[in-house]
Amino acid sequence: MPETFIPAGTTDVVDVIRWAAAEKRPLELQGHRSKVGLGRPAQSEYALDLSRLSGVLEYEPAELVLTLRPGTLVSDVEKLLAARNQMLAFEPPDWGPLWGGASARGTIGGAIGCNLAGPRRFKAGAIRDHLLGFTAVSGRGELFKAGAKVVKNVTGYDLPKLVCGAYGTLAALTEVTLKVLPAPEKTRTVLVLGLDDMTAAQAMAAAAGSPNEVSGLAHLPADIAAQSGVGYVAKAGSSVTAIRIEGTDVSVRARCEALRTLLQPFGALEELHSMNSAWLWRELRDVACFALPQDRVLWRLSLAPLDGAKATAEIAATEPDARFFYDWAGGLVWLSLSAAPNAHAPLVRRVVAQLGGHATLLRAEAATRAAQAVFQPQAEALAALSRRVKESFDPMNILNPGRMAAGV
Amino acid sequence: MLMPTPEADIIAQRLDLIAGLRRIVPGEGVIADETSLKAFECDGLTAYRQIPLVAVLPSDTQQVSEVLKLCNARGVKVVPRGAGTSLSGGALPLADGVLLGLGKFNRVLDIDWENRCAVVQPGVTNLGITRAVEHRGFYYAPDPSSQIACTIGGNVAENSGGVHCLKYGLTTNNILGVEMVLMNGDIIRLGGKHLDSEGYDLMGLICGSEGLLGVITEVTVRILPKPATQRAVLAGFPTSESAGDCVAKIIASGIIPGGMEMMDRPAIHAAEDFVHAGYPRDVEALLIIELDGPPAEVDDLLARVKAIAEACGSVSCRVSESEDERLAFWAGRKAAFPAVGRISPDYLCMDGTIPRKTLPLVLTRMAELSVKHNLRVANVFHAGDGNLHPLILYDANNPGELERAEEFGADILRLCVEVGGVLTGEHGVGVEKRDLMPVMFSEDDLAQQQRVKCAFDPNHRLNPGKVFPVLHRCAELGRMHVHRGKLAFPDLPRF
Repeated sequence: MPETFIPAGTTDVVDVIRWAAAEKRPLELQGHRSKVGLGRPAQSEYALDLSRLSGVLEYEPAELVLTLRPGTLVSDVEKLLAARNQMLAFEPPDWGPLWGGASARGTIGGAIGCNLAGPRRFKAGAIRDHLLGFTAVSGRGELFKAGAKVVKNVTGYDLPKLVCGAYGTLAALTEVTLKVLPAPEKTRTVLVLGLDDMTAAQAMAAAAGSPNEVSGLAHLPADIAAQSGVGYVAKAGSSVTAIRIEGTDVSVRARCEALRTLLQPFGALEELHSMNSAWLWRELRDVACFALPQDRVLWRLSLAPLDGAKATAEIAATEPDARFFYDWAGGLVWLSLSAAPNAHAPLVRRVVAQLGGHATLLRAEAATRAAQAVFQPQAEALAALSRRVKESFDPMNILNPGRMAAGV
Repeated sequence: MLMPTPEADIIAQRLDLIAGLRRIVPGEGVIADETSLKAFECDGLTAYRQIPLVAVLPSDTQQVSEVLKLCNARGVKVVPRGAGTSLSGGALPLADGVLLGLGKFNRVLDIDWENRCAVVQPGVTNLGITRAVEHRGFYYAPDPSSQIACTIGGNVAENSGGVHCLKYGLTTNNILGVEMVLMNGDIIRLGGKHLDSEGYDLMGLICGSEGLLGVITEVTVRILPKPATQRAVLAGFPTSESAGDCVAKIIASGIIPGGMEMMDRPAIHAAEDFVHAGYPRDVEALLIIELDGPPAEVDDLLARVKAIAEACGSVSCRVSESEDERLAFWAGRKAAFPAVGRISPDYLCMDGTIPRKTLPLVLTRMAELSVKHNLRVANVFHAGDGNLHPLILYDANNPGELERAEEFGADILRLCVEVGGVLTGEHGVGVEKRDLMPVMFSEDDLAQQQRVKCAFDPNHRLNPGKVFPVLHRCAELGRMHVHRGKLAFPDLPRF
């Protein structure tokens, strides 16, 4: 186990990182370690636990901004916002159980590091689209800020985008400001039953291309649908394509009606209301169907929406026990494959390379994640640029070195 | 406002450079005569003008790469330019710099209806994208007021917004992929038709980098289905406080309007005199609140918004009953800049963002500043997101008045930062707000931004003199002061 520093405030973070930079001692940045299985395994002697940097500093519902310390639990933030009928519109998933961990342990800092986003991503964006500003300590041990605490700002480089999905390799965040949005009053989900994957992609494209402002578009092949905790979905006995509508009561009713008319030629329709609808989207958001068994490898593919079904068809042709479902109108594929020393990386990488997009090896043995690229390999010019960007924040390579790729 | 001193050795190699550029871009693609170069001497910030050393108009990515490679090898500066509509001087040429115009990149390459995106060249205009997709009910959401002329490449460079960005986001939230060329000639592709990045979110970083990091040569944008209905409310208020209160209550009640604009009394009068939109003249503030979406939702929300406005003391509140009436509500707001241009020989358009709750304070302080600088000011305001556009009225023919207007503008921006806001909400820093950056950022903040610049362009050859008040050499920025042996943290728990 690495020796762990647990700073209580920003000054301590500066001190630890300055020391680590001077001594060239790599640090593993962590909150509650709920997503420690994501990324290449760390090999640091020292860890920097940022979970005590927590708590809300400012929350002004009418300004749509929330400033907090990054060690704050996502679940606590959601409770605070819900009390004022607001939400984190990027719908952060709770992935802890995917690696056998507890639920609801993820922090805002971790959500930023992994650029989390749920089913609403294609409409509302990821956390990258909601991080307005931050204060952080760079790998140089310097405290700096970027962005601001207002919803519209183009002053200076948009470094908040850069720290989203950087897996803690650039800086240790000490304060962040997020954009928050009103929560919808009502939610319903229209279900289309029995579509094959390609037809489902077409149906989702039709819904997304209509002016009905859908906020969720997922397709569950029959075996996945059967596992759902929502009765209507589990008992459908067929594949289920789910289309979510959110908004005011009259609006949701009217749009549901319009969508039913639009989708009726595709297949039999069902409808989920509030509780059932919320349950289904939470399952999908958290990828609950693939939490167990944990020895199966889990891939997350981001593709053009119509390419999702093409990718799975090709992968399933080689790996018949592949299991998968689609989110983001078909563009996000959750793919579960049997355990294998190489995690079937050559197959997955080849298919994704043909179509364009990227694949992340979300779950595999540590040895596999050390030997295989976890994230999409980059062309040399881009990889070189990424290394220079890393160096510009962390010249001694002490912040989560190797977490994203060897050397970064 | 000083630009970096032109480097004599660059100017001395002008003829050589022109010959080199002509080998890459044949024919009329290299512009070297002074008369033709004059067309590029300024952008939308017309107070600053400079004839470039030479202009080059490449027609494909390979040429852009070769041009940048050549300039990088020769140590020549490069200023990229789209349509030149920047309001902050982002495309202001340099006397010792090549102006790289992307005007020939004007084609829509691919419209992918099922994946709801379009691949376009950077010289396609913002409105051109919407024009290309509207026959099938789609549009491109960000709509800066210059949308007829401004290009998508420039929109990426400036992270452009528009009146609808509170609900639909800025450029950065509406693009999926870019191809760009680095100063060393490397061609990089980021994103594609899929969501999110495969590594560092460099596309997010490029958006709003004001042409300092790379030259955009292709953009993949998201296209959205057009809202089924759009209707607007026009509400006049006796005070800016009551109007501001109305905006806060609308948002607090869970409504994010498609657009929410405010005008103050001088702006209302200028606009009304110009286009006769039917605005009330006896109010201190006017709100235009637009709701879009399915008809049932719009009707529902309109009723709620109207009730909130009336509860907040609106003295005149009208709901658009036809498309003509909605457009009439907007006509005055959209003509606000030219309307102000009618009542004053010149005006400066500022662009700070403030926390909305501070609006009454900011307007009061601005009125005091108006007296102090003896210049009039009119305000239009993207009220939903707190983005303020004070228009400072002046006459450039009166000696010293431009300088006074600039000082007034700087005071306003300092005020925006003082109340918790920022220097620029959507127009960019450019040269205009460059020297105010230290008001908002510490030396360490700016040093980290410049280190990022060094990762892309270590010799500061791409668009230098913009954004950063002082250019530090990259080697100097990279140096670390190591505190070896002096660090202790006895109180820090360790496990």
